[in-house]
Amino acid sequence: MTGQVEDSFGGGGWTGALRRRAVAVLPPEQLLPDRQPAYVSSWIYVFGVLTVAAFGWVLVSGAWLALAGAAWWHSSTVGHFVNSLHLWSVELFFFFMVIHLWGKFFMAAWRGRRALTWITGVVAFVASIGTAFTGYLVQQNFDSQWIATQAKDGLNSVGVGAWFNVLNTGQMLLWHVLLLPLVVGVLVVLHVLLVRSRGVVPPLDAPATGDPATEVSS
Amino acid sequence: MTTTTDRPVAPRRRSRAAEPWAGPWRRYDIVKEFVVASVVVAVLTLVLAVVFSSPDEKPITLQAWAKAAPNDFVATAVSELDGQSGTANYGAPYTNTPDAGQKLGPLPLQRWGGVRAPVDTATDFVLGPLRAVPHDPALTAALTTYAAATPDRQNGWASTYADALSKAPDGDPAKVPADDYGPVPTLAGRLLDLATSGGLDGALTSEHTQFYASDYTKPLLFLADGSYLKDQARAQHLAGDQWGMMNETGNYPGQAWLWLYTFWYQIKPFSSSDNADALVWGLMALLSLLLALVPFIPGLRSIPRIIPVHRLIWRGYYRTQNRP
Repeated sequence: MTGQVEDSFGGGGWTGALRRRAVAVLPPEQLLPDRQPAYVSSWIYVFGVLTVAAFGWVLVSGAWLALAGAAWWHSSTVGHFVNSLHLWSVELFFFFMVIHLWGKFFMAAWRGRRALTWITGVVAFVASIGTAFTGYLVQQNFDSQWIATQAKDGLNSVGVGAWFNVLNTGQMLLWHVLLLPLVVGVLVVLHVLLVRSRGVVPPLDAPATGDPATEVSS
Repeated sequence: MTTTTDRPVAPRRRSRAAEPWAGPWRRYDIVKEFVVASVVVAVLTLVLAVVFSSPDEKPITLQAWAKAAPNDFVATAVSELDGQSGTANYGAPYTNTPDAGQKLGPLPLQRWGGVRAPVDTATDFVLGPLRAVPHDPALTAALTTYAAATPDRQNGWASTYADALSKAPDGDPAKVPADDYGPVPTLAGRLLDLATSGGLDGALTSEHTQFYASDYTKPLLFLADGSYLKDQARAQHLAGDQWGMMNETGNYPGQAWLWLYTFWYQIKPFSSSDNADALVWGLMALLSLLLALVPFIPGLRSIPRIIPVHRLIWRGYYRTQNRP
C-alpha cells in the first residue's frame, strides 16, 4: 500500500527519500529493540539509561525553576525544594555519567565503527560540565559571587572572558537555561541514536569472521 | 616487461566488533528499562532533596561589606583611586596594563583577547557613584578639588593615604596620622557612607544608566578587590588552595567532577606560577581532547586490554566461552 502511494507520487520526494534513509540507517526494531546480544548482561549497562533518566529530571526541575523566575527559590519554601531537586538530579546525572564513561572506556566501546559514539559522549560530558558551572553562576547567592570572581581568571587567561563573561549574570542565565542545555540535549540524542544504530559493542576477543589482528586497534 | 606475483588478495581489514552479532540473544525491553530508570532516579532525587536540601548562603552586598569591614572597604576604595587594586592592574579584558595578563607558553592569549570590557576603577567604582550623591557640599568640593588636580597629584594623594592606612592600627582611617592626603579621605569616607546606606549596590551595575540590570561585572570586580569576600570564602573552605573550585558552601558535594581541574592548582609548577590559570586551562583542554580522541591514539586505546576490567564486565560471556 505504501509502495503504491509512493509510486503514484514519484517516491514521496525529499520527504520519502529522508524517510527511506532514516529507516535504512535505523530500522524501528533497532531504534526500539526488544532483544539484545546475550553478553549485554552487566550492571554497568544500567548507568547509560540512568544518565539519560537523570538528565530528564534535570530538565524537568530546571523548567520548574524557570517557570517562576530566577530569584523565586530564594523566597519560597517550594522554590527552595525545587532547587534541591535540581541540585540532586544534577549530582546524580554526573555520578551516573562518570561511571558510564569509565565503564565504556574499559569496554573499549569505540571498537567497530563506534568512535563517533564515544566522541559524542565525551563532548556531552564536557558540555555538561559547562552547563552545571553556569548553573552555579546564576544562583544569585554567595556561591555565585565567589565562583564567578574566581572563574573569571581562568576564562580571561585564555582570552575568552569578555565573550563568555561569568560576571554577567544575565548572559550566564541565558547560557544556562537555553544554549548549553540545547547543546547537551542534541549531543545526548545523537549519542543514543548512534548507540542504537551501531548496537552494543561486543566483548573483547569475541569470535567472528574478521581479521583478529585488527581487534585491539580498531 | 611487467611481472605479476600470483598471491591471494588480502581480505579487507574490518573490525570484528563492527560485524552483526551472530551469537545468542536475550530478551530486552528498552521502554520498560527507561521507565524503571526514570522512577528510580526520581525517588533517589526526591529522597536526597528531602534529606539534604540545598545550600543558599546569602550574597554579600556592598552594604554588608561596608558595615562588617569598613576599614577593608576604605582601603579597597583608595586602591581603586591610586591604581593598586587587582582590577586596576588586571590587564585584558578590563584594563590596558602593560605586561599584564597570563601566557600559555609563548602565547599571550589574555592580551590577544583585548580590552573588551573596559573598567576605569577610579571613575567606575569611586568617583562616578559619588558624583550622583546630591546635597553634600563637602563631597562636591572634594570631587572638584580631585578633578582639578593633575593625575600625578591625584595618585600622590591616594598613594600616601593608602600607605598611611596600611600602617594604621587595624587599618582604621580614624587612626591615620595627619598628612597631605588631599580630598582622598573625604572621597573614601563618603563612599563608605554611601555603601553603608545601601546606595552603592545599585550604582555599580554596568547598566546603571538604565532601569534594568543583569550585568554585575563591576560590582563583583569591586567586591573581589577587597579582602572581605576572600575571608568569607576561606572560612567556607572555598579558596583555591583548599580545593575550593569544586566545593560549595556547607557540606555539599559541589562540583566534584572538577576534581582534576582543581587538582592541578594544588601542585607545582601550577601552584606557584603566575600563569597558573592559562596553564591549567591549556592542560585540561589537551586532556579533554585526548579523552575524546582515545579511539585513535595507539597505546591509550589499548589500556582496556592491559587493565582487564572487561573480564569482570563480561564475565558471564567469557565463562561460557571457556567451557569445553
